[in-house]
Amino acid sequence: MTDRESTGEFEGYGGRYVPEPLQEPLDQLAAAYDDVASTDEFQADFRDHLESFAGRPTPLYHAKNLSERYGAEIYLKREDLLHGGAHKINNCLGQALLAKRAGRDRLIAETGAGQHGVATAMVGALLGLETEIYMGKKDAQRQAMNVFRMRLMGAEVNEVTRGGEGLADAVDAALEDFAANVDDTHYLVGSVVGPDPFPRMVRDFQSVIGEEAREQFQNLERTGDFPDAAVACVGGGSNAIGLFHAFRDVRKTSETSSAAHQNAKRSEDDPVEFYGAEGGGEGAESSRHAAPLAKGQDDTIHGMKTRVIDDDVEVHSVSAGLDYPGVGPEHAMFHAVGRCEYTGITDEEALAAFRELSETEGIIPALESSHAIARAIQLAEEGEHETILVNLSGRGDKDMETAAEKFEL
Amino acid sequence: MTGEQTGAIESDTEAAIREDHPALITYITAGDPSLEDTKEYVEALDRGGSDLIELGLPFSEPIAEGPTIQAAINRALDAGTTPARFFELVDELETDAPLLVMTYYNMILQYGSEPDVRPFVERAADAGLSGIIVPDLPAEEADPLRDACDDHGLDLVFIVAPTTAGERLNRIMSQVSGFAYVQARLGTTGARADVSNATHDSLTRLSAYDVPKAVGFGVSEGDHAAEIIDAGADGVIVGSALVDIIAEHGTGDAPAAAALESKARELKRGARRGGEQGNGHEQGREEAPEPEQP
Repeated sequence: MTDRESTGEFEGYGGRYVPEPLQEPLDQLAAAYDDVASTDEFQADFRDHLESFAGRPTPLYHAKNLSERYGAEIYLKREDLLHGGAHKINNCLGQALLAKRAGRDRLIAETGAGQHGVATAMVGALLGLETEIYMGKKDAQRQAMNVFRMRLMGAEVNEVTRGGEGLADAVDAALEDFAANVDDTHYLVGSVVGPDPFPRMVRDFQSVIGEEAREQFQNLERTGDFPDAAVACVGGGSNAIGLFHAFRDVRKTSETSSAAHQNAKRSEDDPVEFYGAEGGGEGAESSRHAAPLAKGQDDTIHGMKTRVIDDDVEVHSVSAGLDYPGVGPEHAMFHAVGRCEYTGITDEEALAAFRELSETEGIIPALESSHAIARAIQLAEEGEHETILVNLSGRGDKDMETAAEKFEL
Repeated sequence: MTGEQTGAIESDTEAAIREDHPALITYITAGDPSLEDTKEYVEALDRGGSDLIELGLPFSEPIAEGPTIQAAINRALDAGTTPARFFELVDELETDAPLLVMTYYNMILQYGSEPDVRPFVERAADAGLSGIIVPDLPAEEADPLRDACDDHGLDLVFIVAPTTAGERLNRIMSQVSGFAYVQARLGTTGARADVSNATHDSLTRLSAYDVPKAVGFGVSEGDHAAEIIDAGADGVIVGSALVDIIAEHGTGDAPAAAALESKARELKRGARRGGEQGNGHEQGREEAPEPEQP
């Protein structure tokens, strides 16, 4: 039992806007997280699994060809090389290890395109936890390969037929299951969204991305400092928060800032500037997008107070992982206080970046991550930043059908 | 009532429960299958002996509801039910039973031009509603809505779950007015075949608080109602069993109204039967009036 006053811990965003039966289980989860996660024993276990199972650390790659073309030094944090092909595994390992310690023997999760469902199935198999994945029937049909992967690893895939048979309906079904089975079940939320403690817990588990990148960046001979800018795509926003967190309070030192860029606006002790690339769909001013920070309003959704796209906008992004009407509450806070600049990257811009990185660097990015690449290219062209760190949060194998159709491959 | 502190005097909602004790509280989703039908159904439930009637204002992501009420909400949304049309319906309704609206916080925040709870509460008070139930609004975040409801003389009902205890229970009971909505079991709404042990435990935990307790989630028959009242509740809340009746009938079907009225009578009789037996009232309510004979 915590003595929680207001739960909106991100400058009024966040909270626990969920039905009463879920309040006590969330209190228990928060208490378990606060007690266990910071212990050396848990951290050692988590780090060990990140190395031996997930494949950490991931490289920091200097994208020389892209850098040459656009006139800024672009570095990619290669989360696409992790087991499962995306950053999702960091969070899944953390939560599943925590659930196991808290005596839960069953995991449930919602999934849209199936990436988070697959990552949950992986950790469920690894730790011997019964696993059930809720997936809208439409999504399950579109992403049959991921359904097969989940089933092969022993997870039960529950195809949700209510409502629009999509991600939102899968969330509803998972919440319903959680409410009825709180005694033995952990709801493994896939991003920095939902009621407290999920946004801060998932952030902490993903912050390994930024911590590694920071150390790797400082070890680079040619820079030895922090990047001028950090760029990530934002759907729920877990890979972005994971990258940003380690750079949130650091300050660049003036001596390492070369004067090579005449128009670079910088002064002593500058922060690392953050850029979030949202799913702009057909444009943030259009009626089809998934960019609630670029264009949206304060609202409650899925248990949190945050920013949500306007009522008359249809949620849409070419990338399934960004196709979400809300966003993590910490991003809503960053937006409100001006700590991060969020931009809607359109489907067309993302697809162009998808192709460009494939051709210039021999790396096929996920469509989600392609939004971040597109934003980094824009920033390089604008010329205000000398070094740009991009989170390449996932690989693009899953997007080959979209690409084949689009580019007539 | 404007400006009065809740609790200082008995509200319409609380009075309705105490006057015809034990109370029957009925729920249907507004706009299922159309708002014209809802008007007829509400009148039928009122004739059938409902002491309070909850109207669900449909929201697209009703995370506290089971499949029955989710389906009703989808039918209501498909029929074009909006907050504006909902309030127009309530403007027209004339019932003996006070009316409450049950909806999600999103609907309340988004009613005005800026995210703010006040425009919704003002309109609800204008329409003659007596109270608001918001399943996804925790007591910790309820101050703005609580203040607005106090200013307009509306009750704000909170749900108490089988897992609600200790400091959380205190916090909820310090915010609640009208009645405490006791959730009979874990999970979402929906008619079940038996009365849960969790109900008895919850009523025992709540016995120290001087606010009427009404039990919902899974109540579908007169016998359930009797057992719940026996366990010490002041009222029963029935939703899914009524929504089932509506779902079985089509739009504009007079027998649906007749069936709702008759179901309400069965439930009210059941509740009274529980009240008459009187066993199980260890908590000892001071002022339980004798039930009227039908």
